[in-house]
Amino acid sequence: MTTKLFGEPVQRREDPRLLTGQGRYLDDLGSGALAAAFVRSPHAHARIRDIDVSGALDVDGLVAIYTWEDLPPRVAEPLPLLIPHPALTHGRTAYPLARDTVRHVGEPVVMVVARDRYLAEDACALIRVDYEPLKPVVGVEEALVGAHRVHEDVPGNVGAHLVQEVPSARGRTAAEEIEAAPHSLSFRLDIERSASMPLEGRGVYARWDPDDRSLRVYSSTQTSTSVRMALAAKLGLPLPSVEVIAPDVGGGFGVKIVHPWPEEVLIPWAAMLLDREIKWTEDRREHFVSSAHERGQVQHVKVGFDDEGRVLGLDVTILHDHGAYTPYGIIVPIVTATQLLGPYKIGAYRVEFSSIYTNTVQVTPYRGAGRPQGVFCMERTMDRIAAYLGLDRTAVRAANFIQPEEFPYDQGMMFQDGRPLIYDSGNYPESLRMLKELIGWDSFEERRAAAAAEGRRIGIGIGCYVEGTGVGPYEGGHVQITSDGRVHVSTGLTSQGQGHETVFAQIAATELGVPIERVSVVTGDTRRFGYAVGTFASRAAVMSGNAIALACRKVREKALRIAADALEADPADLEIDDGIVHVAGTPTASIPLATVAVLANPLRYAFDEEARRATQFTGTAALDRPPVAEGQEPGLEGRDYYSPVRSTFASGMHAAIVETDPGTAEIKILRYAVVHDCGKLINPMIVEGQIHGGVAQGVGGALYERMVYDSHGQLLNASFMDFLMPYATEVPRIETAHLETPSPLNPLGIKGAGEAGVIPVPAVIASAIEDAEGIPITRMPISPSELHELRLRRPPG
Amino acid sequence: MKPPPFDHHAPRDLGAALAALAEAGARGKVLAGGQSLIPMLNMRLAAPEHLIDINGVAELDTLEAGPAGVTVGALARHSRVERSAEAAEAQPLLGQALRLVAHPAIRNRGTVVGSLVHADPAAELPAVLALLGGSVRLARAGAAPRDVPAAEFFTGPMESAVRPGELAVSAFFPAPPPRSGTAFREVARRHGDYALAGVAALVALDDDLRVAQARVACVGVGPVPLVLDVTEESAGDDWAAAARAVRERAEPEDDIHATAGYRRHLAGVLAEQALREAALEGRANA
Amino acid sequence: MPERTHDITLTVNGVVRHATVPARRLLSDCLRHDLGLTGTHVGCEHGVCGCCTVLLDGEPVRSCLTFAVTVSGHEITTVEGLAGPGGRMSPVQRAFAECHGLQCGFCTPGFLCTVTALLRENPAPTDAEVVEGLSGNLCRCTGYQNIVKSVHRAAELIAEES
Repeated sequence: MTTKLFGEPVQRREDPRLLTGQGRYLDDLGSGALAAAFVRSPHAHARIRDIDVSGALDVDGLVAIYTWEDLPPRVAEPLPLLIPHPALTHGRTAYPLARDTVRHVGEPVVMVVARDRYLAEDACALIRVDYEPLKPVVGVEEALVGAHRVHEDVPGNVGAHLVQEVPSARGRTAAEEIEAAPHSLSFRLDIERSASMPLEGRGVYARWDPDDRSLRVYSSTQTSTSVRMALAAKLGLPLPSVEVIAPDVGGGFGVKIVHPWPEEVLIPWAAMLLDREIKWTEDRREHFVSSAHERGQVQHVKVGFDDEGRVLGLDVTILHDHGAYTPYGIIVPIVTATQLLGPYKIGAYRVEFSSIYTNTVQVTPYRGAGRPQGVFCMERTMDRIAAYLGLDRTAVRAANFIQPEEFPYDQGMMFQDGRPLIYDSGNYPESLRMLKELIGWDSFEERRAAAAAEGRRIGIGIGCYVEGTGVGPYEGGHVQITSDGRVHVSTGLTSQGQGHETVFAQIAATELGVPIERVSVVTGDTRRFGYAVGTFASRAAVMSGNAIALACRKVREKALRIAADALEADPADLEIDDGIVHVAGTPTASIPLATVAVLANPLRYAFDEEARRATQFTGTAALDRPPVAEGQEPGLEGRDYYSPVRSTFASGMHAAIVETDPGTAEIKILRYAVVHDCGKLINPMIVEGQIHGGVAQGVGGALYERMVYDSHGQLLNASFMDFLMPYATEVPRIETAHLETPSPLNPLGIKGAGEAGVIPVPAVIASAIEDAEGIPITRMPISPSELHELRLRRPPG
Repeated sequence: MKPPPFDHHAPRDLGAALAALAEAGARGKVLAGGQSLIPMLNMRLAAPEHLIDINGVAELDTLEAGPAGVTVGALARHSRVERSAEAAEAQPLLGQALRLVAHPAIRNRGTVVGSLVHADPAAELPAVLALLGGSVRLARAGAAPRDVPAAEFFTGPMESAVRPGELAVSAFFPAPPPRSGTAFREVARRHGDYALAGVAALVALDDDLRVAQARVACVGVGPVPLVLDVTEESAGDDWAAAARAVRERAEPEDDIHATAGYRRHLAGVLAEQALREAALEGRANA
Repeated sequence: MPERTHDITLTVNGVVRHATVPARRLLSDCLRHDLGLTGTHVGCEHGVCGCCTVLLDGEPVRSCLTFAVTVSGHEITTVEGLAGPGGRMSPVQRAFAECHGLQCGFCTPGFLCTVTALLRENPAPTDAEVVEGLSGNLCRCTGYQNIVKSVHRAAELIAEES
């Protein structure tokens, strides 16, 4: 059977081109294009007094130099604030080129266009910018003091402040519940900055056609449709005259959902102005200082609980470091505040966050998008409670779980999509049971004793999470069967390695009953599909997957109707197998989908043999009906959209065993186990791969990666030498098990999987190190040096 | 991240290389493996006017191992030395250290002599040269070559005794004394990264297999490799005492990856491990 | 003043290619932009990520840390040259497809070149040897799990087919 592919580990259809050097990433395009480079601010905070470009004018191959003053009005405006929110009272975004003030190292000040990138960088080096340095604001706590301001008109550097309060069942506030609880604890947690850090940076390549006044832009983006709309607006072009294409994209992980980036506006603008193709390929140093970071938060936690460890009241105050600008609104702290609750029923909950400006690179979502911080907070809290009560850490979690029969479960808050935070389905006790079995939780003490006998120190840790996935508002799919029997699927959202060409083809092949070899999938190309939101929030499979399934069902229905006519059968009696429609039980009464496609499009002109069969004198048409029946359209194609009422909630639990070296304080992960539930799996191989990658990023965030700013706002480790992304030698073997609790919200029963792997890892590693060392772990990441210092500060005894 | 322009010189023999270097003087840089220089050029942290590319000077691509030790020519790549059975036989510490240098692809291109001249205080090879009391031969046009002992070769962080117009043509790593063993221990954040701290150790034994000489060279705990004679402290295999001496004399600094205190602690832990391992090897060799 | 250029000759994937480049042209840029072989990717330009790894006279090197002029006269193999006669993917390439050893594919050419050389030198590596052999290449997507699996699978395929 070739067609029932949903749920199978089908090999990826994008791989042959990517494995042979035939992929086409942004910088692989436009071989003759001019190159752009930018002069970027070396200061974290400064006023621009003067820009002198004269020294660069003699550079061979120089084409143009632009500063903010050269930009036309709409291009010169600050970039859009993409996701407004009532609590974001002081949202601020950057100018595409700095106007008079720079607010972080790396902010673009001057754009240079030259024959190639070498020459453009030569010119950049010769441009003199006269800065008046201002006091930089670094670190949320310093920012809150408010001695200096990142934005002159934002007092206290607070961009947003939001309080959400969910009372307990008996109507008490969190403060009241904590006060009344038998036990309470309070503590502080810190999470440092990291970043998406895809191996391909951002990039833009623009082609302006002066003859038909159309613009084609290629961008390494997670949302081509929205870049298109933004560009049409910025450049004053009719929407149909702008097309944006995301070619092969070398990883995104969130940073490429932000748009339009300064360069995404400036490169097309200059291409139009100069009537030349222009390309900008971000280099690694630029990526560190001019893209986006995430994660940095300080959390203050108060919790009240009973003797079984049930949380009666939880109060969390979050200081969220938003960097210099807020183009993506306050999605990250909202996600932290809401997803912090995880798989638990909390008595009463109060969460307050302040989103704070600092003179550092802006903060926008990186895979997990605020969840790793929320889960770190809740899971550290669970471990604290267990330690306080002397209970097993898994018992405390189990005591707080939402039970399988309690779904849908309303957490009483508003989620990041502006809709109620209602979990659709899940089975947390079963997840925990599977995880304990996988890691050997109950026999760990024997293992610990055996290690101790050899002078080794090991510990075990756990972390649980719930992830809202598949946020709206919608995605669409278009499916067309052509007269050669091929199936062309398109959807507007983009791909950065998730295997969409494969999983969407699996869905289409299954829905239509065609061999997958005949299905091709295009994503992220506005020439093929113009309505879309983008790829983020673990939403592509849920949103476009369901939309494509629905579009396929429309096409199938039409195919069966036309085939029924041709076969003089009832559509209800028809089946499609291997691309052939036949009467159930009568395989000889059949018609290939290719022929159905011919019949679906009545023709006047016979341009080939297939077409000849659809022309007006072939005598197949009923002469008493119009060639295209009323209410019908020519062609065997269909388009549909999926727009969910709210998000669907995936979940998972991870556990790890770590070893800490008593001498060197090195930390080694000996085992890492994952139980994951994202509903029905379309392609288990690909889901597994997503989890592996997420866990590796989580290991980075727990043990290696941090953005180190000094007090002057200089990023001290803006290179792969010093920003320590894990190599193969740093990532443990990852053991996985799957639980499939279907989502009742969508036709395919699926939930998102893209971000899952990364979410609980810092919490799990902290839990395991704490268990090994007996020292409270309250900061992530942690290095051997920090563990050593913690050991020195450990109170004696 | 594209390098600035420079004039490229591609001498085919040593004479031409020295002539080009003499002419370029302080405005010239030698390009051998380029694994440290080219990143600096790409980041435009260096902008020499002239690059004297010695990759075509076949006479510098030499590796000689004998009873006296190992002489490594300026073009011998890390990987060649690492794989050489003769070099491993003549001076095992070289191979022990080379396996810790960056990653295989870097070692395929980077040169041993280039690494010494680069003089990174966190690099392994300077410590090896310093521990063994080796030397670097420097040549210049119109003058006799001079051999600079390791103790004088490393003059500061990223600074060596090489003067403008001079080319480091080879390095000599002396063979270990009889009845001795060596070891290299380090802790790096990631496999292949520069070490947070590292210790190369040499332990030689007397006829009764007691410690006759114990020396360590530490990386990452000072501006240049810190060479310490801990023979006295190591008497009776008291490696903990030796480690204390190392901790007392290390002068590390804080950086973004580790505190000075941790580095000092680490130097002690690693010294103890490396000395113990070296002594074990020495006794096995005796 | 226009920069001085050099005429260089490289044998790339078995084909003799000529280019005229300034001395500072990185081998990675020469391959990609002068010779049109865009399969070699550039991820950091300071020699850490390994995306740009190519084989120079059969040995993996960073093409971003090599000037094209320096290697004039030498043989280069890029990802475009790994497939066998008739374009059939090499065992290493097929193993990566089979084991899902790639996601976005950006780092993949560097891994393929590295692994091709690794297995030539050590046809049956242990797990530790594989991890060590891969340790100079960054991947941000896969968590390396399936890359390690791919290397073992490639070793099997090579053994079966030799």
